[in-house]
Amino acid sequence: MKKLLPLLALSLPLSATTFEANVELPQLDVAEYHAPYLAMWVQSSDRKTIKNLALWYDHDKAKGKGQEWLKDLRQWWRRSGRGLDMPAAADAFTGATKTSGSYQLSFDSAKLGLTDLPAGEYKFYIEAVREVGGREVLSVPFTLPADKALTLTLQGKSELGQVSLTVKP
Amino acid sequence: MKRTVSTLLAGALALSIPFASQAHRAWFLPAATVLSADNAWVTVDAAVSNDIFHADHAAYRLNGVSVVGPKGNKVELQNTNTGKHRSNFDLQLTDEGTYKIFSASSGLRARWEDANGKRQGWPRRGQKADMAEFDKVVPKDAKNLSVSQFSRRTETFITAGTPSTEVFKPTNQGLELVPVTHPNDLYAGESAQFTLLMDGKPAAGAEVIVLPGGMRYRSAQNEIKAVADEQGNISIAWPEAGMYWLSASYEDNQAKAPATNRRGGYSATFEVLPQ
Repeated sequence: MKKLLPLLALSLPLSATTFEANVELPQLDVAEYHAPYLAMWVQSSDRKTIKNLALWYDHDKAKGKGQEWLKDLRQWWRRSGRGLDMPAAADAFTGATKTSGSYQLSFDSAKLGLTDLPAGEYKFYIEAVREVGGREVLSVPFTLPADKALTLTLQGKSELGQVSLTVKP
Repeated sequence: MKRTVSTLLAGALALSIPFASQAHRAWFLPAATVLSADNAWVTVDAAVSNDIFHADHAAYRLNGVSVVGPKGNKVELQNTNTGKHRSNFDLQLTDEGTYKIFSASSGLRARWEDANGKRQGWPRRGQKADMAEFDKVVPKDAKNLSVSQFSRRTETFITAGTPSTEVFKPTNQGLELVPVTHPNDLYAGESAQFTLLMDGKPAAGAEVIVLPGGMRYRSAQNEIKAVADEQGNISIAWPEAGMYWLSASYEDNQAKAPATNRRGGYSATFEVLPQ
C-alpha cells in the first residue's frame, strides 16, 4: 500500500497551479501594420494534452470573417484550432488582437481546464502571425508539478518581443 | 474505304504519341489546402506540363474532374474556365472536413503489327474501349500483340476545419493511393506514409517519384524516389515546405483476359507547410 502512494500523488490534479504570462509585442517599422493574431497554449510532450491559454484574433468581425486567417497560426491550427468548433469552443480564451506594447496576463486555471493537468513534461507555446507580415513561434519546456514558482523567459526576434511564463504551484 | 483510312490515320497518330498524357505531367494546384473560414472558397488550377506547377503546355480538361466532400457528397465545380494552358475552377467548402479532387480513367489498349509490319493500335485515340468492338478489330493472331489494361488517376486533397478521412476509401480499381498520414497534415522535416493499391491489392514494387514545385527556379529535378514495399507502403520525408507533385506507376502481368498486362498511373499534389 505504501508503494502505491507516490503513484497516487502523481495522478492527483494539480489544482493549485496557476499560470501567468507577460507578452511583449514589438513596435515595427512597417508601411502597413496590422495587429497580429496570437495564440498561447500548453501541450504535453506526447502532444496528447493541449490546453489553450489565449487566442487573439478578429473574433468580433461580422459573419465570422476573422476566422479566415486562423489557419495562419499554423502550429496552433494544427495542434488545436482545426479540431475546435469555432468560435464557440474558443470562447473561454478568445480575446481581441492587440498592437505593440507589453501585456500582463493571468489565466483562469479552472475555466481553461488547467487544474487537471497530469504530472509530466510540457511545453509552453506562443505563436504570432501578422497580416502582410511575418510569423514567429516560440516554445519552452517545463515540468509539472512545479515544486516552486518558476519563470520561463523567451526572446522573440521578429513578431514577438520578450515573453515570460510564470508557473506557480 | 474512307473510314478505313481515317481509322488507320488515327491509329498512327495514337502510336506516334503513345501514352501522350503520361509523358507529360498532369496536376491540380489548389491555391490553399488548409482552410479555417466557414464556407471557405478555394480556387484550383488544372494543367498538364513538364515543369511542375508552371502552366505552360496544355490545359487539363475538366469534363472528367470530380470533387467529393467529407460526407461523400459530390461537390460542384464553379466558375469553370479552360484556357490554352490551364483550366481553373472554384469550390465552396460548405462542410467541415476533407475534400478530394480527382480524375480517373481506365480501359483496355491493344497494339500489334499487321501483315505489312505496320504498328496498329486499338481503341482509337480519344475513344473508349468497347469490348464488342475488340473481338472484331483486334486480330488475335497478330504479331507482337499486346493487350494492356490501364488506369490513370490524378488527385489532390483540401481540408476545411477538422481533417476527416471518408474520402480516402479506395474504389479498388486501378492504381490508388490511400493516405496513412493525412495529406493535409504534412510538415517540413516530417515523413508521410501512404499505401498504394492496384485494383485494391498492395501495389508492391510501384515506383514513385516526388517533385517539389517551382522547377523553373532551379537547375535539377530534385526528385525524391521511393518504391512501394510488399504491403504497398511508401514513406516520403519532406525536406522543406512547398507544393509537391507525386507520381506513381505500376505494371504487372496479373491482368484479366483478354489483357496480358496491367499498368496503373497515379499522381497527386501535396502541400507541405513549415513547422
